[in-house]
Amino acid sequence: MPVQLLYFASVREAMGRDSETRDLPTDIITVGDLADWIEAEGNPIFADRTKLRAAIDQTMAGFDTPIAGAREIAFFPPVTGG
Amino acid sequence: MIRVLVQTGDFDAGAELATLNRDDCGGVASFTGIVRSDGGLTALTLEHYPAMTEKALRALADEAVARWPLVAATIIHRVGRLVPGDQIVFVGTASAHRAAALESCAYLIDRLKTDAPFWKKEEREAGDQWVAAKTSDDQAAARWQ
Repeated sequence: MPVQLLYFASVREAMGRDSETRDLPTDIITVGDLADWIEAEGNPIFADRTKLRAAIDQTMAGFDTPIAGAREIAFFPPVTGG
Repeated sequence: MIRVLVQTGDFDAGAELATLNRDDCGGVASFTGIVRSDGGLTALTLEHYPAMTEKALRALADEAVARWPLVAATIIHRVGRLVPGDQIVFVGTASAHRAAALESCAYLIDRLKTDAPFWKKEEREAGDQWVAAKTSDDQAAARWQ
């Protein structure tokens, strides 16, 4: 099942792209598994989870959240609005 | 009545307050955030997650309405490039009584800082840099839990 991955701010800059569509291996169950998988592809910005946040289908999601059924998963640093 | 706007252009805080001022509310509270020029900052650029931003702000406003007896709540957040002195965010709440208006206004700006998908990049003479999230902002948001 293809999933749209989105990257914002410093994560976008480190990845060199703002989005991509990927077919995920079936053993990726949670947001954390997905972050591990992206990190293992050579993206060290995914290593420090204290500086990484995620959203599934436009709702904030913790690293233990299952990704089953997700259409869009976004990764970004902690937010700094206001 | 909940009003949420995400826009590049400026807003008229006075006009927003006038909209909140209705005959069924006893008090209006508001917060206007301004870009500060500390440490040689020349500009700020706000990036956001367009598909999520309004949804996240509306969810916060819904939570405020569920928690306090509000007549109206307005959240306006600007995106794009801003310079010191520019208005960046407006939060306004209206209620029959002052405590609900004041508390819900503080709640919205505190939660907005930790739950809405905005990121600031600072421009200085030494170069551009993403703003790091502050622990004090997490603590401010946590006090409402």
